[in-house]
Amino acid sequence: MKGKTKVRPHPKGRPVDPQAVAEVRALLKDEPRRRDLLIEHLHKINDRYGHLSAAHMAALAQEMSLAQTEVYEVATFYHHFAVVKEGETPPPDLTVRVCDSIACELAGSEALLKNLSLGKNVRVLHAPCVGRCEVAPVVVVGQNAIGNATAEKVATAVSSRKVSCAETKYIDYAAYKKGGGYKLIADCLAGRHTREGLTRIMEDSGLRGLGGAGFPVGRKWKSVAAEPEPRLMAVNIDEGEPGTFKDRWYLERDPHRFLEGMLVAAWAVGIAEVYIYLRDEYAGCRKILEVELKKLKANPPCALPPIHLRRGAGAYICGEESAMIESIEGKRGMPRLRPPYVAQVGLFGRPTLEHNMESVYWVREIVEKGPQWFAGHGRNGRKGLRSFSVSGRVKKPGMHLAPAGITVVELINEYCGGMLDGHQFYGYLPGGASGGILPASKGDIPLDFDTLQPHGSFIGSAAVVIFSHKDKAAKAAVNLMKFFHDESCGQCTPCRVGTAKALTLMEAGKWDQPLLKELSQAMMDASICGLGQAAPNPALTVMKYFPQEVE
Amino acid sequence: MERVTTQQLAMMPIEFKLNGKTVIGRPDETIIETAKKNGVEIPHLCYKPGLRPDGNCRACVVEIKGERALAPSCCRFPKEGMEVTTNNPRAELSQKMVLELLLSDFSRNSYTKDNELLQWAQKLKVDKPRFEARKQPKPDISHPAIAVNLDACIQCTRCVRACREEQVNDVIGYAYRGDHSSIVFDMHDPMGASTCVACGECVQACPTGALMPAREAGLETIDKTVDSVCPFCGVGCLLTYHVNEKQNVIKFVTGKDGPSNHNRLCVKGRYGFDYAHHPQRLTKPLIRKPGAKKGLKVDPGNWSEFFREATWEEALDLAAKGLKDIRDQDKYALAGFGSAKGSNEEAYLFQKLVRTGFGTNNVDHCTRLCHASSVAALLEGIGSGAVSNQVNDVENAEVIFLIGANPTSNHPVAATWMKNAAKRGAKLIYADPRRGDLARHAWRYLQFKPDTDVAMLNAMIYTIIEEGLVDEKFVKDRTSGYEALKENAKNFSPEKMAPICGIPAETLREVARAFATSKGSMILWGMGISQHVHGTDNARCLIALVLMTGQVGKPGCGLHPLRGQNNVQGASDSGLIPMMYPDYQRVSTPEAQKRFEKLWSTSLDPKPGLTVVEIMNAAYDGKIRGMYVMGENPAMSDPDVDHARAAMEKLDHMVVQDIFLTETAYYADVVLPATAWPEKDGTVTNTDRMVQLGRKAINAPGEAKPDLWIIVELAKRLGLDWDYSHPKDVFNEMRQCMDSIRGITWERLERDSTVTYPCENEGDPGEPVVFTTHFPTPTGRAKFVPADLISAAERPDAEYPMVLITGRQLEHWHTGAMTRRAGVLDAIEPLPTVSMNPADMQSRGVKPGDVVTVESRRGKISIFVRQDGGTPRGSVFIPFAYYEAAANALTNSALDPFGKIPEFKYCAVKVTKGGAVPANPGYGRGESLGDLYVG
Repeated sequence: MKGKTKVRPHPKGRPVDPQAVAEVRALLKDEPRRRDLLIEHLHKINDRYGHLSAAHMAALAQEMSLAQTEVYEVATFYHHFAVVKEGETPPPDLTVRVCDSIACELAGSEALLKNLSLGKNVRVLHAPCVGRCEVAPVVVVGQNAIGNATAEKVATAVSSRKVSCAETKYIDYAAYKKGGGYKLIADCLAGRHTREGLTRIMEDSGLRGLGGAGFPVGRKWKSVAAEPEPRLMAVNIDEGEPGTFKDRWYLERDPHRFLEGMLVAAWAVGIAEVYIYLRDEYAGCRKILEVELKKLKANPPCALPPIHLRRGAGAYICGEESAMIESIEGKRGMPRLRPPYVAQVGLFGRPTLEHNMESVYWVREIVEKGPQWFAGHGRNGRKGLRSFSVSGRVKKPGMHLAPAGITVVELINEYCGGMLDGHQFYGYLPGGASGGILPASKGDIPLDFDTLQPHGSFIGSAAVVIFSHKDKAAKAAVNLMKFFHDESCGQCTPCRVGTAKALTLMEAGKWDQPLLKELSQAMMDASICGLGQAAPNPALTVMKYFPQEVE
Repeated sequence: MERVTTQQLAMMPIEFKLNGKTVIGRPDETIIETAKKNGVEIPHLCYKPGLRPDGNCRACVVEIKGERALAPSCCRFPKEGMEVTTNNPRAELSQKMVLELLLSDFSRNSYTKDNELLQWAQKLKVDKPRFEARKQPKPDISHPAIAVNLDACIQCTRCVRACREEQVNDVIGYAYRGDHSSIVFDMHDPMGASTCVACGECVQACPTGALMPAREAGLETIDKTVDSVCPFCGVGCLLTYHVNEKQNVIKFVTGKDGPSNHNRLCVKGRYGFDYAHHPQRLTKPLIRKPGAKKGLKVDPGNWSEFFREATWEEALDLAAKGLKDIRDQDKYALAGFGSAKGSNEEAYLFQKLVRTGFGTNNVDHCTRLCHASSVAALLEGIGSGAVSNQVNDVENAEVIFLIGANPTSNHPVAATWMKNAAKRGAKLIYADPRRGDLARHAWRYLQFKPDTDVAMLNAMIYTIIEEGLVDEKFVKDRTSGYEALKENAKNFSPEKMAPICGIPAETLREVARAFATSKGSMILWGMGISQHVHGTDNARCLIALVLMTGQVGKPGCGLHPLRGQNNVQGASDSGLIPMMYPDYQRVSTPEAQKRFEKLWSTSLDPKPGLTVVEIMNAAYDGKIRGMYVMGENPAMSDPDVDHARAAMEKLDHMVVQDIFLTETAYYADVVLPATAWPEKDGTVTNTDRMVQLGRKAINAPGEAKPDLWIIVELAKRLGLDWDYSHPKDVFNEMRQCMDSIRGITWERLERDSTVTYPCENEGDPGEPVVFTTHFPTPTGRAKFVPADLISAAERPDAEYPMVLITGRQLEHWHTGAMTRRAGVLDAIEPLPTVSMNPADMQSRGVKPGDVVTVESRRGKISIFVRQDGGTPRGSVFIPFAYYEAAANALTNSALDPFGKIPEFKYCAVKVTKGGAVPANPGYGRGESLGDLYVG
């Protein structure tokens, strides 16, 4: 304190740079400065400048009447924002993301990452599952996802600056309408259906939430409809569960089938506004939805509720329903404690109907073909259809629509063309990273909701990853724990610290099994949300079914 | 069947099982609370009563029968028949694992003696953690007040909630994710470089010492805690001193759950007490050396050229003799300035001494300089100068109209209630030419042009009338004079006023509508309203606004002039004003005169005395020749201060009683060393009309004496037969002549620390909301008084083209005598600055941190520039706490004709680049910080 006293030439804190304010204003134009648009606005800056400078964030904070820390804590939460403070070097213009998720790891992503030499002007990052496991390994150059990637393919894309997402052929608005699309929602609005009637059809079909939790769709509609108005709807397309890509699959092919299902659900429940939350990794789907929503709104088949398309920013946790709501509100994606449930207190504090994209995708077909059509499918005593995202050591990885209750062996043989040559079936993930790892000996369990729990496992989003005798379950478990550790939101102790400590324990050749089990118990029992609660599943199932690998 | 209200429902008992035993809980009481009441202890870290439970640490998880996972007992409410187990192996495994995980990453250093993590680990017998530790973050000691040691952080976010949800300073964020998650200041900046205002709420919230008072205060030995009240602003926060008795030092301060602060404090109340230990404290009476010239050239740390030490006997005798001699020649040649920093008892005795010892009413204090015009308008309009509703009643308001105030700097804890209300959804309308921190929280921020208050407010009045939003019933039943207001308002359409005040007509209409039509609209104002030659008119408009809309007399509405000093309300109540006896009984009314002549057994002068500025003018003219100044610093606080200083120089005899050799004491003949606030007992009355008890925590240095004792000793020497041995004797006398506090007993104050008045009978609860059925006027009705446009006394012109606005800043209290000697406060704001708009700087070629010269027709100072976009173009702002660049050398002493308050908020100046670097900043810069806390 003794030295020379210095004058503070500004009010406390970082002064806001007028130049940065002008730049931010130019990007935001006359868009609202509402808090819930923070992530959208951050994207605009990040897209335009390739990073978020402290000056721009301070300017944005002022523009939105937020504190600087409110902007900073959100920006640093999401992987896709490159925060650059004073004195730091902004990242290169081009970012290459190498997916290191389980399917890609099986396909050699580790070696691929090592072999990439793209020069100083390219930033190479590893990335959690980008949702293209059927063409693993995947590398995303800018927004251009390269399947079955090789170092050469990536280098070519980089040098030729092929950085935008590939265009896919899909059923567009006109084609969809031509095929009888939007007749159902028009009928609904014209009074040719009742809300109760449609809700009953959903109940009778046995359709359950396909994001992973499996809550019966009809029941959800009923319970949210009973809540006070205004009610909101949030559609979850934050498909981030490693191994899962079904939502993308459908969106890239028939986006309006989803949109119509969404509108029907919104009508049946009496929804005031609809929010669609799409993961940032799905740039191609975003383009499709932007274009098609524009067409839909320009020439609506019926009166539409306000539909908002919101863009994630790289955070697996935002697939958790309440974390997604937080993110739509422009905040860090930290799950909320329940109760209260989102059906009662959800988005902006309002009762909220939250659905996985696929759950509403089926609505039109179920109504058209009748609930029995859907319920009539099924095997081994189970009912309905499931969209299996299959990857790993099979001949035909991809999205396979199969009867619920099919066993993994049936799935491999009947839908996936069998195991890859030279590979013998060793084990599998029945439900992405969270569902645990089962051995080949459990290959005869019907795959559906509720059937796997007795085995310490669950089906979740039906992301099936097949291992062969050339793979190690323990190594897969480490990959998955790394993923959970990277993706933990950091809110609760068991998950924030637990995933870190578990990973350290698992990276040792020999696992301290009693301690890992004790830690797992606490994580499952005491974590706030499904991420922390399910994170120990791979480790626990490895200790249970593959003990020889970790002793 | 009768319907139950939501409130009743929330109170209904719920029977549930806790560890097998049936207990009674409530729907609004969490399991952990019910458990605690039933003697069941559940470990917890992120949960702290008073903060919103967040349920993130998971140490408090319990098993609820039928649920898949464990539940956080701090967030869960019981349901009828629920079966909760807190102590079975499953629950305990998780509770202990949480503690072990946190311990494994915990610091090996100790920062606090009160570490909740270690305490729970010990209770639950969690041994050495079995996990590898994380890589520890580095300490951040960039802030003078707070040390940040995140190696002791457990990510519980109590600090985040304290900063964001309690104080709403929004400095601390929770950034990054996963195990990289970290609390950050602003954008992960060093705390000292952040927007942190050092309210210390985060320190108070931290369970593990990761945030602590700087320089290891958390490890000091504390052998005594003393509850008291903060001596700085009018909010009146209750606090607890943590004292090392042997060293006679307050080591740190924590907030106490007082009605005005509920544990909250600001930087001054938390870190501003070491002034009491400053080496420049006066420890012996001083007498001016023969021939030593009065003037500014004194060094308060080394005064021996001008003064010599004396015994109390000699000093008191000399002090009294000088006053007596003048009194015996011409009693009107004496005057006294009391202080709003002293206690009620001191204020009461001081005015009694002037009225009975000097024999006149020439007694005043700095209330004249802050809210005199507000009080004039309030007394005229509604018959009472005090607030109608307490600050934190904003909680019940739908619209909060804040005008001419910057509470985040000047009433920081009061500002937190406004921010809380705004967060809850109340519409904050914030009107001030300077864009303060609160603007960010405002529904509408009105950056109107300085000096155009009446134009803006009359436009609102016009709108309310024109759009038929007047509460006709209220106007008819409870007011008079409405027709005159209506007639006058005709000239002030928003469309006509918009170009004058600079606020678009539609905005004026919008805020007027919101104000008039809400369920509860409350007006709070500060000196931006009062310190104008039209200050009384400004306040009249505010009063008219609430009266015409019926926004008074119920919770969540009303009028609240935010009082500045800790005891400006109490000092005024106690009669430290020239035209009134205690409790606003006018000296010119015979009944009042008789009442006090009887009580004081003496005859009294019915002639109202002179006010502060009038006294100074009279002294300059030689009409006032002797003064007794207790705790005031007019040599800094008066307008056109060179004039005031010249006036004091001319006095034949001046007695100054203070804790430091203030700039005013430089002109004294006798200086009497008094006690600082933590060194004495006494009551003060805050802006909310709460009478609160300050308690002695430490001993005064050297021979410094309690002010009360000094007044009594002087009184005796002036021939008064006084015998008060304790403040409570004085207080009890006050109760006999002040109906408003008649029911407040000293014992009750000792028990409760705080009682709101009016409290006329013992046992009355006190009335937070007044004027519910009538106004304390002779007719019981309130009166509208219309106001016309009057310009400031001195408008900018070609020679002096800019407007000077003066005021305070967060760290520095009033003239800086205390706060510039408080180490932390001095370290945060060590130098005088003038805030300027970047555009005005650019046109003068001035860069942030440059020195400029600011000159008015009365004086000239050189000062550092602070670039501040919140300062409007064409205006500059200078805080008046800095003697080396005294803002009041520039200000205009033009007075409001009713309140006699000077126009501190407006005068014409010119700003030129360059000037001498202000010399000798502070009073022994940073010394106190070094000496007191280091080593």
